[in-house]
Amino acid sequence: MAVGNGRPYLSIRNVNKFFGGFQALKDVSLDVFPGEFVCFLGPSGCGKTTLLRAIAGLDIQDNGSIAQAGTDISALPPSRRDYGIVFQSYALFPNLTVAENIAYGLVNLGRDKAAIRARVAELVALVSLRGQESKYPAQLSGGQQQRVALARAIAMSPGLLLLDEPLSALDARVRINLRGELKHLQRRIGVTTIMVTHDQEEALAVADRIVVMNHGVIEQVGRPDEVYRNPATAFVADFVGHMNFLPATRGDSGVVRVGGVELRADLAGVTASSGGAITVCLRPEDVQVRGLQPQQPNVLQAEITSLEFLGAFCRAELRLGSAEDLGLAADFSINAMRDLDLRIGKMIPVALPPDRLRVFDAEGSAHG
Amino acid sequence: MTDTSLRTAAFPASRAIRPIAGAEEWVQRLLIVLLACWLLVVILLPLTVLFRKSMENADGAFIGLANFAAYFRDPALVQSLFNTLTVALITTVITIVLAFGFAYAITRSTIPFRNFFRSIALVPLLAPSLLPGLALVYLFGNQGIFKSWLFGESIYGPIGIVIGEVFFALPHAVMIIVTALSAADQRLYEAAESLRTKPFRIFMTVTLPGCRYGLVSAAFVVFTLAFTDFGVPKVIGGQYNVLATDVYRQVIGQFNFQMGAVVGLLLLAPAVLSFAVDRIVQRKQVALLSARAVPYQPKRRPAIDTVCLALCILVSIFVLSILGMAIFGSLIKFWPYNLTLTLAKYDLSVGGAGGWASLWNSLIMASLVALIGPAVVFGGAYLVEKTKVWPWARMAAHFLAMIPLAVPGLVLGLAYIFFFNAPGNPLGFIYATMAILVVNTVGHFYTVCHLTAVTALKQVDAEFEAVSASLKVPFYKTFWRVTVPVCLPAILDIATYYFINAMTTVSAVIFLYSTDTKLLSIAAVNTDDAGNTAAACAMGTMIVAISAAARLLQLAVARALRTRTQAWRGP
Repeated sequence: MAVGNGRPYLSIRNVNKFFGGFQALKDVSLDVFPGEFVCFLGPSGCGKTTLLRAIAGLDIQDNGSIAQAGTDISALPPSRRDYGIVFQSYALFPNLTVAENIAYGLVNLGRDKAAIRARVAELVALVSLRGQESKYPAQLSGGQQQRVALARAIAMSPGLLLLDEPLSALDARVRINLRGELKHLQRRIGVTTIMVTHDQEEALAVADRIVVMNHGVIEQVGRPDEVYRNPATAFVADFVGHMNFLPATRGDSGVVRVGGVELRADLAGVTASSGGAITVCLRPEDVQVRGLQPQQPNVLQAEITSLEFLGAFCRAELRLGSAEDLGLAADFSINAMRDLDLRIGKMIPVALPPDRLRVFDAEGSAHG
Repeated sequence: MTDTSLRTAAFPASRAIRPIAGAEEWVQRLLIVLLACWLLVVILLPLTVLFRKSMENADGAFIGLANFAAYFRDPALVQSLFNTLTVALITTVITIVLAFGFAYAITRSTIPFRNFFRSIALVPLLAPSLLPGLALVYLFGNQGIFKSWLFGESIYGPIGIVIGEVFFALPHAVMIIVTALSAADQRLYEAAESLRTKPFRIFMTVTLPGCRYGLVSAAFVVFTLAFTDFGVPKVIGGQYNVLATDVYRQVIGQFNFQMGAVVGLLLLAPAVLSFAVDRIVQRKQVALLSARAVPYQPKRRPAIDTVCLALCILVSIFVLSILGMAIFGSLIKFWPYNLTLTLAKYDLSVGGAGGWASLWNSLIMASLVALIGPAVVFGGAYLVEKTKVWPWARMAAHFLAMIPLAVPGLVLGLAYIFFFNAPGNPLGFIYATMAILVVNTVGHFYTVCHLTAVTALKQVDAEFEAVSASLKVPFYKTFWRVTVPVCLPAILDIATYYFINAMTTVSAVIFLYSTDTKLLSIAAVNTDDAGNTAAACAMGTMIVAISAAARLLQLAVARALRTRTQAWRGP
């Protein structure tokens, strides 16, 4: 989805929320654009659900504003806002059938029966539940219940779809199938969607944009590939995907010193002065082991200290030759393993490409 | 509008958001206020007036604690405080020992008919508390069958009171201790056995600690019941005065309302204490069993099982012989001279204690309580538990709903006289009507019902209200279409509990009935007072029969409901 062009559909400005003395949201601002699929991602207690509930009007923020479709909804009760919602528990009405659950809001509008029946049939088809209309939620599988909840949430064609950990109660395999369908469905009906999740893989798979949160603050907003390739903070780097964190000091003119070695890296955004403590980050899959060029920068000798077979690839623990205690995780394809005859104890040259190294000020490290 | 919101962005917002209340929120607020007013009128205000009354003289002037001082100067009154403590303590010890053994047999042995035995132990719940007293008259009274067993002691006094109170309190203790013993983790026993622990040591280190909170809780409940009960000592107490009969005599006999209030407050003291202890203890009990615990499976232990079976049979004989004696007594023509069986005592038009009208009054009162009570209680619990408006008001309502558990019936009845009969009370018009009996009974048994409703509501998904708000369906529609059907079994429980208690209660309503609204349970007390024990037995038996019928009806309805809703309640 196009991002940044046009007026935002949802504008969150300087939102703060306190629970007693605990500040759950700290000056949060965010724009969500029409038709976008946005994921709020973060560990439990990071404020993602609080932000969703503020948008829904279920736990209204203490200050700051939220505007939807150009209207300030900050103080409105939930019943006067325009959204559909799916909870982790699904909150399906157990004594009503699938069709009755989906039609729950429509009936209240006083639409005539034929129109309601037609709409329910359309929704049932949309979430692939045809033939289940007269069953009760207790007679459905978890995945089917989740679809009913989704159909109910979009039945009234809301402007905004809110999903609070909708997949986390499901088995891993069902979860992966359903998240694909969810994305597909969202594309088809084009509803602006916000999903809360603590599963970074899920967020990467379905989101147009990811909002990474921690301690009530937005750490980064960006497309999944941006967040993955270019984490804005050490926290994001750690939370999304696997990451090596190497303690280092800043050298002169674009050089960092890791252990006894000097590496070239992009130091944009680093405030530490020369000799200051910094952290150098590198994803395991970015450690280059094949096709090394003679003139290539950042090539080091490393010893393989352990190998873990993970199916499609191997995760190796490397000890960088120059420093006894400097460990580095690297992912090697099965082909590379075979072609280079990689095994425990072998010394190999590896490259840490400068454009893949991310450098942060040390005190911002999210470790521990 | 977007412009405004962008402008606020330029000035980091400190403007606090004041949520706008929609029409629904205002409806909820109004209902909460109504609930709080109801609880104030039904519980708190009458008790406040009672407090005031205890510090007034006969002319209504404030005299501080002078009434209390006068009370403690009167040796006869102090004696009855001592008497009450004595019988309550002895009752507690006997009941807890019996109830623990019985509950242990039901939960931890492999003896047959465990469910049957458990039902037997709960039978006393169906009877008014004067019934064991009446039965004891026939069993051990001056012309009793087993009078010689007492070795010359009289049943009219502490012995009779204690036996009657044990009967009356047993089901309460059994229910609490069974619950405590059921929450056992099989793995603890397996661990103990794998360490080759001796059975007695397992009992002392695993079984007893596991249910100690239940035992404490049961002990306080039994003590409070025995301390405050009116029916048993009224019938079998003889010259042995206790606080409950003192209140009655002070108020009904001597019109000494101030002293009645003082004794009433003394009655309240242990109940308040036990209530506080029970609250603390229950909170601890909850955390005992983790979700991953393996339920205990009793194994065959021939020696222990034999003892358990013997105990169950003995307790059952105790319960059934008291109930059976009351029934038998009601069928005898003229005890002990003419043992011909007759139904004559069931003709309420003879004997003049109230006639058939008292039966109709009881049925009307109990039905009204069983209709109004659950509606008020469940609606109130819903407002407290499921709405988000005015947290302080909801907490206050919840707190008020907890008070009746700590207030003995006599005290509440007395408080009602003071409050509703006070000149100038705009609600005074319900005094001496059926309405005051209904209101009083709904209030008297409010807490247990409120807690039942809250527990049921807690099991309902917390997000139903949020979902229906997002679907623009007002909360009351979802309440009616989803919450009530889902909680129907609990609502049925509450209605039955109310009906049975309204049938059997004596203590609160004895101060509040008029000649037009005399209840069957009160007619039984009056009939016994007039010396017609057999007719009183007939009335008591009628109450047991009606209560039992209500209970069976509930079971049938609950079963039908289960069958009909099985599809959505799941297996």
